[in-house]
Amino acid sequence: MSSTFAPPEALTKVPFHYCPGCTHGIIHRLVGEAIDRLSIRERTIGVASVGCSVLAYNYFNVDMQQAAHGRAPAVATGIKRVLPDRVVFTYQGDGDLASIGLAELVHAAARGERITVIFVNNANYGMTGGQMAPTTLLGQITTTTPSGRAVKEAGYPLRVVEMLATLEGPVYLARVSVHDPANVIRARRAIIKAFEVQLQDLGFALVEVLSICPTNWGKKPVEALSWLKEHMLPVFPLGEFRAVS
Amino acid sequence: MTHEIIVAGFGGQGVLFTGQLLAYAALAEGREVSFIPSYGPEMRGGTAHCAVVISDEEISSPLVEEPTAALVFNLPSLARFEPRVKPGGLLLLNSSLVHRPVQRNDLLVYRVPASEIAAGLGLDRVANMVMLGAYLALSRAVSPETVRRLLEEKIFARSPQLLEVNRQALEAGERYTGSLALGA
Amino acid sequence: MKVLMKGNEALAEAAVRAGCRCFFGYPITPQTELLEYLARRLPEVGGVFLQAESEVAAINMVYGAAGAGARVLTSSSGPGISLKQEGISYLAAAELPCVIVNIMRGGPGLGGIQPSQADYFQATRGGGHGDYRVIVLAPASVQEMADLAVLAFELADAYRNPVMILGDGILGQMMEPLELPPFKEDLPAREWATDGCRGRARRIINSLYLDAEELERHNLRLQEKYRRIAEREVRWEEYLTGDAQVLVVAFGTCARIARATVKAARSEGIRAGLFRPITLWPYPYRQLQAAAASARAVLVVEMNAGQMVEDVRLALEGRVPVHFYGRTGGMVPASGAVLQELRRIGGVGRVQHVRPA
Repeated sequence: MSSTFAPPEALTKVPFHYCPGCTHGIIHRLVGEAIDRLSIRERTIGVASVGCSVLAYNYFNVDMQQAAHGRAPAVATGIKRVLPDRVVFTYQGDGDLASIGLAELVHAAARGERITVIFVNNANYGMTGGQMAPTTLLGQITTTTPSGRAVKEAGYPLRVVEMLATLEGPVYLARVSVHDPANVIRARRAIIKAFEVQLQDLGFALVEVLSICPTNWGKKPVEALSWLKEHMLPVFPLGEFRAVS
Repeated sequence: MTHEIIVAGFGGQGVLFTGQLLAYAALAEGREVSFIPSYGPEMRGGTAHCAVVISDEEISSPLVEEPTAALVFNLPSLARFEPRVKPGGLLLLNSSLVHRPVQRNDLLVYRVPASEIAAGLGLDRVANMVMLGAYLALSRAVSPETVRRLLEEKIFARSPQLLEVNRQALEAGERYTGSLALGA
Repeated sequence: MKVLMKGNEALAEAAVRAGCRCFFGYPITPQTELLEYLARRLPEVGGVFLQAESEVAAINMVYGAAGAGARVLTSSSGPGISLKQEGISYLAAAELPCVIVNIMRGGPGLGGIQPSQADYFQATRGGGHGDYRVIVLAPASVQEMADLAVLAFELADAYRNPVMILGDGILGQMMEPLELPPFKEDLPAREWATDGCRGRARRIINSLYLDAEELERHNLRLQEKYRRIAEREVRWEEYLTGDAQVLVVAFGTCARIARATVKAARSEGIRAGLFRPITLWPYPYRQLQAAAASARAVLVVEMNAGQMVEDVRLALEGRVPVHFYGRTGGMVPASGAVLQELRRIGGVGRVQHVRPA
């Protein structure tokens, strides 16, 4: 019997620890598929961050380093500078990348480091139980914005891709979502591109993936997918913000 | 004999260069040597100084607390280092810029119009070489010949004009104190 | 052949000769020459020099590069070393070899830029979170800035542990003649590096152990390693300690001052000696105890408010009175002042000055 559907080789057989309905699993798979498709598994080094994806090193079947909170782009820089012919990617959430690690991200991008950043934005801190993230929407209830995020106290959500698009260092910047199959296919294409530009030694690449957090949003997975579509897409428009011509 | 030397003046007067040159000359002569520059904001516009120790024995401490000689290029440095010179030690003043009298009477004081001599040679900047020459004529901390050789072979090997004026300045300094010492 | 070099530059050149091809750092006085030297030097030997956006980023680049198998160096001074502490804890936990240079300046806070030894506690007691140790080497001359840089890389590799070189502004800025170490070509293999899993099982560099039992096992293993280091790697120097009745204990620049003082004291008939720890962690506790066997008093001299003096007291276990003389804020102890202290505390141990007939 021939196999028509198999997990990517770039993922281990370890079951994900993610909550039911969480889209981290889909995004892991897309990254794994990209690595398989480009046949780079044996020369890829991944950098896990701190947050829900802290255990990513258990799932990606490649050499992995676990970085301090927010520092994945600096760690990836260190690896890539030592091993310029390897492929280096980071996998970071919104707290890690857009809050505590913003300086490391922006400077890695400005230097045009040849790394690929996978940025998972689910509009809250999932691992610690649903606190406000830099990407939390106005009015969104979290455990640290119990009456909803208010501008006066907590300011506005951060649009990372748009910010990075003001720099010369990045060569590929895209925001995608995984809230329905059509978008998952677009997300896959974007992630492959983000690795391809590294293989072509062109510069820094980042893909922001809008993701759901049913547990901390207090929603059933299907409701969460609709919530993402209704509330996150208007604030975080999808598309390629920087692409190789 | 251990020479503990302070060279002090304004940033830009070649104070650190003078100290380094002494240190390189000592190394060339196979002596023990250490050089500590002042560092930080005082280098920018303010005063700069350095401490050089030259010895035939291993140098315990490179820090110079009581210099055997102080080469003072400006007035603020006189105020700072006059009290520290070892009794009986040498105090060389660039008398073109330092006009105030020395207060201590237990030092060998030499007033060298270094800036004027340098100007006479056509390059104000070489006042430091005049001071160095004056000091070496008195102390023989290193041989002036070693310094001349360094200037020729290392420092100004590619700029004969600078070499010439620096060498003249060194020699003018040597002659100045040499004649004072003889005349005394 | 001896060359005359600044301490910072001698350390940098020695690192290159020790096989270091990778530097990540951030400018701060008084260590900037190290950075500037390597910015020029590393490209000449095909190495990596990167001026990071912060000390935080720099130490995490060190983590990545060390994990990728490089001999890697970073350097800073007090305020920057404070910022690096998070990363140092991770490096120690993940057992990554690297060398960290701290050219100390006066603190706390922004402090000043003049020489100091006030980061002794930070260096020897951790500074970051968790139970870990960093090997700490304290040079006292430009020659040692170079020699200990070579040793630092060797120890870092041998024990897969961060090693810190704890210098001060004087050692960094000072020029002395030195013999540069030879070039090392073959570096030890790194069977743990994450450099791509071609033809082998994948590797993970990590310090996360969510299971308490597993984390305790990890800690016990680290502690076992630290015990091994403490047994084998203690280094120190003694000067005229054999019959010393007053023993001075000092490291780094203070040891140079103390050596001059001991000489001066001897010429006055005070039987003084000097004990200089070269490894500040592991600390030469037993060796100090032995060196102080004949001492009636011990004087610790530091450029801080009294930090290493605690280790001296631990070593001597109350057997000998331990005195302290320190200056802070960038002030350097004068050997005259130290001699004064020696005369005061050494009075009891003063011997009759016998002149030859």
